[in-house]
Amino acid sequence: MEEKFEPKLTAFVCNWCTYAGADLTGTSRIKYQSNVRVLRVPCTGRIDFMLVMKAFQKGADGVIVSGCHPNDCHYTSGNYHARRRWMVYKDLMDFMGMDTRRVTFSWVSAAEGVRWAQLVNEVTDQVRALGPYAEYQQLVGAGIE
Amino acid sequence: MEALKQKAKDLLERGEVKAIVGYTKGTGDIRRPYFAQRPEQVDGLVLDEACTQNLATYATKHEVRHLGKLGVVALPVTQRALLQLMAERQIRDGDVIVLVAEEGNVEKGNVKELASAAALEEHLALKTDVMDEKDQELLAKLNAKSREERWAFWHRELSRCVKCYACRNSCPMCYCDHCTMDCNRPQWVPVASHDLGNFEYHVVRAMHLAGRCVECGECGRACPVGIPVHLLTFFAEESVHRQFGQRAGHSAKLDYALSTFRPDDKESFIR
Repeated sequence: MEEKFEPKLTAFVCNWCTYAGADLTGTSRIKYQSNVRVLRVPCTGRIDFMLVMKAFQKGADGVIVSGCHPNDCHYTSGNYHARRRWMVYKDLMDFMGMDTRRVTFSWVSAAEGVRWAQLVNEVTDQVRALGPYAEYQQLVGAGIE
Repeated sequence: MEALKQKAKDLLERGEVKAIVGYTKGTGDIRRPYFAQRPEQVDGLVLDEACTQNLATYATKHEVRHLGKLGVVALPVTQRALLQLMAERQIRDGDVIVLVAEEGNVEKGNVKELASAAALEEHLALKTDVMDEKDQELLAKLNAKSREERWAFWHRELSRCVKCYACRNSCPMCYCDHCTMDCNRPQWVPVASHDLGNFEYHVVRAMHLAGRCVECGECGRACPVGIPVHLLTFFAEESVHRQFGQRAGHSAKLDYALSTFRPDDKESFIR
């Protein structure tokens, strides 16, 4: 019997906006797909590109990175720094041939519970359509032998 | 050449510098780095077309640094690297005297002595081209490929990597005492040289050099298996230049692109 592919998503979210937003989604009883594993970090400025690499290394098919909207950062400028880093990182990922469709960057505020549900649903559908990240898993597999 | 030797000898005799870092004849046609600490040693200095290594790498090494003030025989790439090291506060302004051969005339030309960051900036302002044409072509070719082709290209190239870290060690900008690669708590990147470890290592290297790479290409030259690893850091540097409008190695007052920001940085992919 063939099992239907369900993508594994890792979401790195900031404590002050997106995590609170996701919490609001829950308390508002809004249903969304359960493929996402939410990891809370203090700020998007904390989200090093190594964390994203690690997620793929550990078998994620897609990654969501999300935090406060510009101008809303709890630490004033963490998200601006993060934005610059993503701009370069996304470019480099593309240059090295990684599938950038599997990484989603977004701003979700603490009040946008509905938006969080929408985002997760959209990304989950997109990654499900893309299928498992076999290319990268091939690299990981080569490491185990 | 004589002008260079004379200048080096003068500097050492007057005690203005404790050592001259330059090139000397190595095996066959190869030139190797050379450290002259006494006036009579300057006779070993060589400067010609075969000298390619970026000597700025040595300026941050502990063994070299404890010698005292340095005079460095500098190609354009070395000049940029030294300036960037000053911008990153790894060399103090005035701690290094940069010896520059006048345009394309090493044999009988004059040797300029640049003793400060300001003088170095002024000298470098005259040169605008950074990357050589061959690398520009290679980058353009890669950029024109599809994502899958690029993946296949890097997968093929990086599969030859033996993780000797020659690219890291030869890089003048890789001066950290504690490198992420040597960190095993947590183990960010697998140590072994398999596909995953190799791929991640090169992502890390390029990301850590984005906005700091002076495009000398030393990493590519140092690679014992001939992987064009320098294209990765070149690309990252070009990406920073394209998006943030700044380039490493042209000013001693440069802020690191990724530790600063503008509220109006433009991107198109954040939802």
